[in-house]
Amino acid sequence: MSIELRNISKKFGDFVAVDKINLHIETGELVALLGLSGSGKTTLLRIIAGLETPDTGEVLFHGEDASGVAVRERKVGFVFQHYALFRHMTVFENVAFGLRVITRRARPAEAEIARRVHELLKLVQLDFLADRYPSQLSGGQRQRVALARTLAVEPKVLLLDEPFGALDAKVRQELRRWLRRLHDEIKITSVFVTHDQEEALELANRIVVMNQGHIEQIGSAEEVYHHPANAFVYNFLGNVNLFHGRIENGRVFLGDTAVELENTHAHAHPETGKAILYVRPHLLEIVMKPNGKQTFPATVKSINPAGPQVKVELVAEWGDMVQVEIDHERYQALHLEPGANVFLRPKEQKLFVYSI
Amino acid sequence: MAGQPQREPKRPGTADPPMVRIALIAIALVFLALFLFIPVIAVFAEALQKGIGAYFAAIADPEARAAIRLTLMTAAIAVPLNVTFGIAASWAIARFDFPGKQTLLTLIDIPFSVSPVISGMLFVLLLGARTPLGGFLADHGIRVIFAEPGIVLATIFVTFPLAARELIPIMQAVGSEEEEAAIVLGAGGWQMFFRVTLPNVKWGLLYGLVLCNARAMGEFGAVSVVSGHIRGHTNTMPLYVEILYNDYQFAAAFAVSSLLTMLAIATLIAKRFLGRRVVPAKQEQDDLAIKVAA
Repeated sequence: MSIELRNISKKFGDFVAVDKINLHIETGELVALLGLSGSGKTTLLRIIAGLETPDTGEVLFHGEDASGVAVRERKVGFVFQHYALFRHMTVFENVAFGLRVITRRARPAEAEIARRVHELLKLVQLDFLADRYPSQLSGGQRQRVALARTLAVEPKVLLLDEPFGALDAKVRQELRRWLRRLHDEIKITSVFVTHDQEEALELANRIVVMNQGHIEQIGSAEEVYHHPANAFVYNFLGNVNLFHGRIENGRVFLGDTAVELENTHAHAHPETGKAILYVRPHLLEIVMKPNGKQTFPATVKSINPAGPQVKVELVAEWGDMVQVEIDHERYQALHLEPGANVFLRPKEQKLFVYSI
Repeated sequence: MAGQPQREPKRPGTADPPMVRIALIAIALVFLALFLFIPVIAVFAEALQKGIGAYFAAIADPEARAAIRLTLMTAAIAVPLNVTFGIAASWAIARFDFPGKQTLLTLIDIPFSVSPVISGMLFVLLLGARTPLGGFLADHGIRVIFAEPGIVLATIFVTFPLAARELIPIMQAVGSEEEEAAIVLGAGGWQMFFRVTLPNVKWGLLYGLVLCNARAMGEFGAVSVVSGHIRGHTNTMPLYVEILYNDYQFAAAFAVSSLLTMLAIATLIAKRFLGRRVVPAKQEQDDLAIKVAA
């Protein structure tokens, strides 16, 4: 089922949670709403589910206005961040809940309910826990039970609110892959909310980057990561170094140093203005000798060699902290020590210029 | 190693010296004995001083039976009404933001903060035979004050915060997520209430019910004002005990008292049993909250 949001706004008191949002989600898509807390992503998800009523605008399911449709008739599945399992029911009864509340005439027979519950529990690989209570399960198991419970009513749309937010990193990754496979299998239109850019990039067909109630960019992982629409998106997706400088007659100054940069992706390019230069840590190179105006001096502060990349923290000449990631081979070759004076050369950077 | 100073046997840094512990426990026990155990034993001793036969005769007396019947009837009306009110009020307060919410919370506490005698007076002033409302009711053959309806009303008034006060924090701790989950899964309002909301507050509700029942049966002040003390008609058990006592019928007074005491003991046992069930539910919530915060 496709979802269409038209001009949706929602205020809580004076706080504008969602501001005139338009969004179209195709049947079978897996879309991420990505943003910081307070960006309105959860509110938007709850509006789609019908758990919140928008102040303006309309939600269309499959082209039809759903505004007057009660939550229980929307055929949406909602997975809550903290699972919201019924704590006084066993896993089996939790999953069976959606089937048991169907009106008597349409309700499947007890044997059919049992069959479907066990089938779903097998799908989430938890059939052996059917008689347990939610409090006896781990976080990852609870989340899978919550998913099975949601799928039991055969929703047309699956909405997930920070589905892995409360889990530890390892379990989160596992569940992420599992959800991806599940989606490939059952092809249900799905929208999930996350603040974790890695999760969005790995899982979603399309990412909706949200900030302060509006949409900053919509696009595939490739698009939002490599072609960010604006500084916010670039800043939000992945670590980034941020240099405040200025641009004068087309030349970029960082502090008092003029730098001539290659491979600059500039957005809006006035000749003179305030400039913010964004460089990802792995796109900065450490060299021992200056190379004309393409490098700038910096001092090594600390080195963290744990992990696939060596993380080096430096202070630029004009006082900004700089994060650099280099590979271990390069690190060995450089013989870096804290306190060493080196030069940094951006390999690729984004320049966002604001006119003054 | 030689020369190392001998140390006293170790005890945790937060533990009190043994003498302090023994003294504190002794004070607590003496206090309990003086104010609880001895009086309770005294009630039963006095009740049985003229023998077991007199004890049962005192309880079987028609006036005693009428008092017991009225007390049970009052509780049977007041407790379900207050439990219903308690559920409705706590649900409204825990789930919704509405103008006047704080005022409602304060109003719920009024019966706790007002002396029961004044609560009784309130009803006399409102519904007494010489007031317009009381006169109107009397013209239609309904007596409220100095009759059973007044007793029931006064009892409802003094007990109504009990269930609500117990349920509000539990409802707030449980939160509305499970209810939302039920609705999204296709449950109707009543299905959600009976399958999710009510089971989640079940133990707290029973706890409130037990407290409410104990107060309803034991209430003296408010009921005394509105009752008129008509023997065999408007005497509840506590009022009847007072009358017997004033008539120097000590054995009978204590016999009826012993019934109320047994109710109190049963309430304490039920309270302890239910309290244990209520606390783990809250504890689980706290654990979850801590996990979420981390």
